[in-house]
Amino acid sequence: MKKKDFHQMLGFVFLRACIGVVLFALAGILWDIFSKGFMVISWEFLTSMPKDGMTKGGIFPAIVGTFFVTLITAFLSIPLGMGCAIYLNEYSKKGKITRLIRMSIRNLSGVPSIVYGLFGVVLFVQMMQLDTSILSAGLTLGLMTLPWTITASEEALKSVPQSYRDGALALGATKWQSIRTNVLPYAVSGMLTGTILGLSRAAGETAPILFTGAAFYLPFLPKSLSDQFMALPYHLYIMSTQHHAIAKVRPIAYGTALVLIVLVFCMNFIAIITRYKLRKVRME
Amino acid sequence: MQLSLARQFKKPWMKTALQDKFIHGFFFFNGMLSVVILLGIFTLLLFTSFPAFNEINPIAFLTGMEWNPTSYVKEVYGIVPMLVSTFMVTLGALAIAIPLGIGTAAYLSDVASPRVREIAKPTVEILAGIPSVVIGFLGIVLVGPIIAKVFRIPNGLNAVNGSVLLAVMALPTIVSISEDALSNVPHSYNQASLALGASKWQTVVRVKIPAALSGIIAACMLGMGRAIGETMTVLMATGCAPAMPESFLGPVRTLTSSIAIELGEVAYNTTHYYALFALGLVLFVITFIINMASDIILHKFEQVNR
Repeated sequence: MKKKDFHQMLGFVFLRACIGVVLFALAGILWDIFSKGFMVISWEFLTSMPKDGMTKGGIFPAIVGTFFVTLITAFLSIPLGMGCAIYLNEYSKKGKITRLIRMSIRNLSGVPSIVYGLFGVVLFVQMMQLDTSILSAGLTLGLMTLPWTITASEEALKSVPQSYRDGALALGATKWQSIRTNVLPYAVSGMLTGTILGLSRAAGETAPILFTGAAFYLPFLPKSLSDQFMALPYHLYIMSTQHHAIAKVRPIAYGTALVLIVLVFCMNFIAIITRYKLRKVRME
Repeated sequence: MQLSLARQFKKPWMKTALQDKFIHGFFFFNGMLSVVILLGIFTLLLFTSFPAFNEINPIAFLTGMEWNPTSYVKEVYGIVPMLVSTFMVTLGALAIAIPLGIGTAAYLSDVASPRVREIAKPTVEILAGIPSVVIGFLGIVLVGPIIAKVFRIPNGLNAVNGSVLLAVMALPTIVSISEDALSNVPHSYNQASLALGASKWQTVVRVKIPAALSGIIAACMLGMGRAIGETMTVLMATGCAPAMPESFLGPVRTLTSSIAIELGEVAYNTTHYYALFALGLVLFVITFIINMASDIILHKFEQVNR
């Protein structure tokens, strides 16, 4: 064997080892959570309140809380993200302002989540006096997901052929008419799927809701948007670090982690499937 | 008759033109929103951290070796231990994630068959979807005990643990962007190198990686930005002792976890509260610089390849 080939063999073994380690880490994570969390999951676990100082019972209020917060997040982030994407892809011309906007979006997606939390505390909790509530937490998460929503929506708009716009404009339609009738109908489902991915990340975030509304333990479900709430990721954090009997509640923590992971993956899965179907339709 | 027809055409046209301008303006303001939010975050952090420096000397804040805001004797606000902690954990994470990430990216772009790649790439990207709090939880129940056993220490919650977890979290970013950069290297480079008699491995190491280097560097910097700003994993897995870190096997407390721990216990509008916003400002500035730098590198790289 030539020296060159020997080097190549060693090198490829190294590269295969790299991806092997990465896949092994992923498999380890999923195996640990699924194998230990699966035993805890039951209908009762999903639908009952925590009992006996959270050492028994279920995680129902945390599921409900995460659902409502994600809803608020969607209400803020989807329309604003779509609007921004429409501006960037349809109206903006190459220039300093457009570059400034794009730069801001990329920077926003790199701002640490705890900094969004601080921002939410000052803006929503204190200045707008929304207090620690579902609303404050949802709006904070909405701002955080905005850059992802914008990027995803823009992708969808880009995939609409230019000829659709030109056709409408040639028939005498104004810019907005062409966008409304010939662009948005083809892009809107793609925009929505992209935003689901962003929302799934928001649903799993903890740092921004730590101080904007998540509660340690509530014996009741939230009655309005200005109530505090329990959330799945925060519940997992509490159960694994703050609880007075950590070893005793470990199974509940595993169960919560499993529910959280399954929730996030399901949202991802829906988004990916829809995107796949859309692509197929477009090709035909 | 003619007049009324003309009016009929004219009026709706006027209306739509006006409407169109209005709609354009509306979307323009919507587009500017991201700029407003970024500036808003910066200004609010700046103004909320400002009152802290009525009582704290800014130089002592940036160079102080001790952070003890709840001391009975005298409150001390020095952020050096947290900066050191943050960089220790981040550098450890990068030491693991960069070789692994580039190796994985090179495998995906140059070694794997298209079919393997089709499956392997989305699989690696699943990692990005796992919530940070779940990774932190695994740091406590899975990685911690392993580290304690391997290094024969009583407690596995330390800087090494944080580094391992942050490496896992930074990997998808590094792999995905490096792989894009490697795939974007013009195919002619590949062919030229192979035609000159180089092996596939030599081509990857000496031609493709150097050609994609700026993209790979940007990928690593974005991964670094993610690692520095990550809160929940380090909060749960690094032990969080506020003292100056002694070694990689000792507990550390980063900027992010300090904010997360203390903001819940502090009263609004006290010096301690403002000081935590100053920590947030420091964090914002660090990540902003890293993101800007990687953005500039990536932008240049795109222009070169065009």
